[in-house]
Amino acid sequence: MATDVVMPQMGESIAEGTVVRWLKKVGETVERDEPLLEISTDKVDAEIPSPANGTLTEIIAQEGQTVGVNTVVARIAAQGEAAGTGAPAATSPATAPVAPPPPVAPPPPPAPKPAPQPEAAAPAPQPEPSNPAPEQPRDLESAQPRDPDSLDERRRTKSSPLVRKIAQENNVDITRLKGSGVSGRVTKNDILDFMQRPTPPATPQPPATEQPTPRPPAMTFAAGENNRIEPLSVMRKKIAQHMVLSKQTSAHVTTVFEVDFTNIDKLRRQHKDAYAERGAKLTFLPFVIQAIVAGLREFPVINASMDESSVIYHRDLNIGIAVALDWGLIVPVVKNADEKNILGLSKAINDLGERARTKKLSPDDVQGGTFTITNPGIYGGLFGTPIINQPQVAILGVGGVKKRPVVVETKEGDVIAIRSMCILSLTFDHRLIDGAVADQFMARIRAIIEAGQFTL
Amino acid sequence: MPETTYLDAIREAMIEEMRRDPRVFLIGEDVGIYGGAFKTSAGMIEEFGEERVIDTPISEVAIVGAASGAALMGMRPIAEMQFIDFITVAYDMLVNFAATSRYRVGSPCPIVIRGPAGGGTHGGPFHSLNPEAMFMNRPGLKIVAPGTAYDAKGLLKAAIRDDDPVLFIEHKYLYRRIKEELPIEDYIVPIGKANVRRSGSDLTIITWGSMIYVADDAAAELAKDGVSVEVIDLRSIIPFDEEAILNSVAKTNRVIILHEAPLTGGAGAEFAARIAEKAFDYLDAPIKRVAALDVPTPYSPPLEAFYLPNRDKVLAAARELLAY
Repeated sequence: MATDVVMPQMGESIAEGTVVRWLKKVGETVERDEPLLEISTDKVDAEIPSPANGTLTEIIAQEGQTVGVNTVVARIAAQGEAAGTGAPAATSPATAPVAPPPPVAPPPPPAPKPAPQPEAAAPAPQPEPSNPAPEQPRDLESAQPRDPDSLDERRRTKSSPLVRKIAQENNVDITRLKGSGVSGRVTKNDILDFMQRPTPPATPQPPATEQPTPRPPAMTFAAGENNRIEPLSVMRKKIAQHMVLSKQTSAHVTTVFEVDFTNIDKLRRQHKDAYAERGAKLTFLPFVIQAIVAGLREFPVINASMDESSVIYHRDLNIGIAVALDWGLIVPVVKNADEKNILGLSKAINDLGERARTKKLSPDDVQGGTFTITNPGIYGGLFGTPIINQPQVAILGVGGVKKRPVVVETKEGDVIAIRSMCILSLTFDHRLIDGAVADQFMARIRAIIEAGQFTL
Repeated sequence: MPETTYLDAIREAMIEEMRRDPRVFLIGEDVGIYGGAFKTSAGMIEEFGEERVIDTPISEVAIVGAASGAALMGMRPIAEMQFIDFITVAYDMLVNFAATSRYRVGSPCPIVIRGPAGGGTHGGPFHSLNPEAMFMNRPGLKIVAPGTAYDAKGLLKAAIRDDDPVLFIEHKYLYRRIKEELPIEDYIVPIGKANVRRSGSDLTIITWGSMIYVADDAAAELAKDGVSVEVIDLRSIIPFDEEAILNSVAKTNRVIILHEAPLTGGAGAEFAARIAEKAFDYLDAPIKRVAALDVPTPYSPPLEAFYLPNRDKVLAAARELLAY
C-alpha cells in the first residue's frame, strides 16, 4: 500500500510549509524515520522523517514549493509494490504538532477529530535583532487540528464568498482570524474590523485600505556580471516581516548600562571545568538570565504584553535566547527560567543552541517567550539596540565582556583597576514602559550581576 | 385629503382608464349588476353600461378567451377572476394563446387579468392562491403584485396601457385594511420597477404583496436590536427589478426572500438563483427564503396561521443569518 507523505502541521497557526530540499530521490529506498526532506515554515525549519519503509515513488511538491499543511508532498510505495497504486493511506501524522513525527504512525483517521493541541498559538519568537511574530494573539484563531472536511471547518476556513473576496483583495488569511459567526466563521464585519484595526494585520501585506508606507525607490539592478539576484528564503522573508512589523508596532527606546562582570567572571572560571565534566559549557548567559529573572519578578510590567486596551502580565518567565545561524536567526525559549539553577540553565541553553543549528527545534521550543536576550557582543560589539520580539515589550542586548581599566572607589581611595566590563542595553516599548521603570530594572540587574551572589 | 382603500384604488384605476380610453372594458363574473364579489366594480355598470361592464357565465376560459379575442381586435379588456385561484381553468387560454400572440403572429394581446389572491382570510384551498410562480415560466406574460393602494392604482393603469398580457395579482387581505392618500392627478407605477420601502445596511428582505407589511414589522423589531434592514417591495414579478435586488445584496450581503406562496418552486427560487448567479461574491451568508409550507392552504384558522409566513418566522430567519 502506498503511503502519502504530507506537509506536517509544524505548530498551531501554521498553515503552510516550504519544501527546502529533498534528501531522497525518486526511486531510492527509505526507512521509516529516516530523514526524507527538509522543510521551512513560519516558525521553524525541520527535517521530516519518512513515515514508512519503502521506495520513494513520487515527489509531488518540488523544492522551493510552498504548500498547505496536510498537502501530500510525496508518495512512498511499500517494498515490492508497484509505484503509484495511489491507495489513500495517510499514515503520516498530519496533525502531529512537532517534527519529527512519532515513529509509529497513527492509523489513518478517516474523519475523526484529532485531539486539540494543548497550547494556544503563541507568536514564535524569532531571532534577534529580533523579530516580532506576525500575529497579534487575540486576533488569531488557535489553529487546532480539525477535520478539514467538516461543515464547521469549511465554514471557518471558507467563510463566505464575500469574505473570501475581501480577503483575497486585501491579502488577509481568514483561517487565521477569529470569527464571530457560526463555527467561528469570519463574517464581513469581522474582516472589515480586522483590516481597520491599527494593529498590524496578521498577514504581511498591509490591507489596501492602509496608508501606503513610503518605500525606497524600486531596485533597478539587473542580474548580470555585477549583480547576483537570489530569491529570499522563507526564513529571511519572515525575519524581514517581523522586524518591520515590530518597528511599526512598538515605540522602541534603548537604555544602556555599563556593568562590572568581574565577580561572575571569577565564578565562571572557578566552575568552568567542573561544569565541563558534567557536560555543560558555562558562559555568562545563565548568570545574566538569573539576574533578569529576579528583575522581572520585581518589575512585572517588563514581562508583559499589551494591546490597545489592556496589559497582559505573564506569570511564566520564559526567556528567549537569540541564536545566530548561518542562514538566519532563531529564538528558542528557555521555559520557566526561574525554576532552573545555573547548571540547568547552562544545559538548556546548550541544548537549544545545538538543536537550532541542526534544525531540530520543535515549534514548542520557539513559542511562549515573555522576554528575550540577544548577544550583539559575540564578535566584540560594544552594545546593540535590538528590536523587540513581538508581542513582548523588552529585549536585552548583552555586549562583549572585555577587561578595561576602571576607576574603583575603595575605602582607601579611588584606584584604577582591571575589571571585566560589559555593556547591557535594554530596548523597551515606551508605549507600556516608561524610562524610569526601565532604568530601575536595569539598575537592579546591574546590582545583582555585580554582587556576584550566585549558587552554582 | 380622504384616504383611498386598496380596493377603491383598483376601482378608481379601472374607472379612470375607462373614462380615458373607450377601448377599455371590464369582463367577469358578477362584475356588473352585483358590482363584483368584493364590490371592486361597484357603480361601474351604472356609469359605463353593460356594453363595457360585462357579466359572464361561470366560465373563466370564456372570460379570458373573449378578452383575448377582443384585444386582438384592438380593445383593451380587463378580465376579472372572481378568485385568482380559478385562473387555472383559463390557464391554456392565457399561457398558450394570449401570452404567445405577439411571438406567434406579431399581434400584441393587451389584456389585464386581475383578481383577488392570497391567504389570511380563511379562504381555504380554493380561495387563497398566490399564483405568480405558476406563470413566471411562461414568457410573454407580465406579472405584477402590488402591496399598497398607490401601487395598486398605478400598476393597474400601467397594466391596462401595456401592450402585453398582464396578470394583476391583487391581495384580498389588503382590500379594506390598507388606506392611503393618493394623488389626484393621473399617475402610473412602471412595471418592472421595485420600491425600496425601507433602506438598511445589514440585511435585505425581498418581498411583495401583503408580505411587505410582515417585512416592515420584522424590520421594526430588528431595528430595536440595532439591526438595519432594507425592505424591497418588488411590485413586479415579471419583469422583475434585478438591478434593485443586486444593488441591495451588494450593500447588505445578507438576504431573505419572503413570499406568501409555498416554498418549493416558488418565485423566491428564481430570485435566489439570480442572486447566486450574479451576486455570489457579495454574499456573506446563505440566501434564505421564508414562505408558506408546502401544503394546500388549510381552511382551519389556526392551521392557516401556522402555514403562512409571519413576523416571527422572518425574525428567526433574520437572526440566523445575522449570526451566521
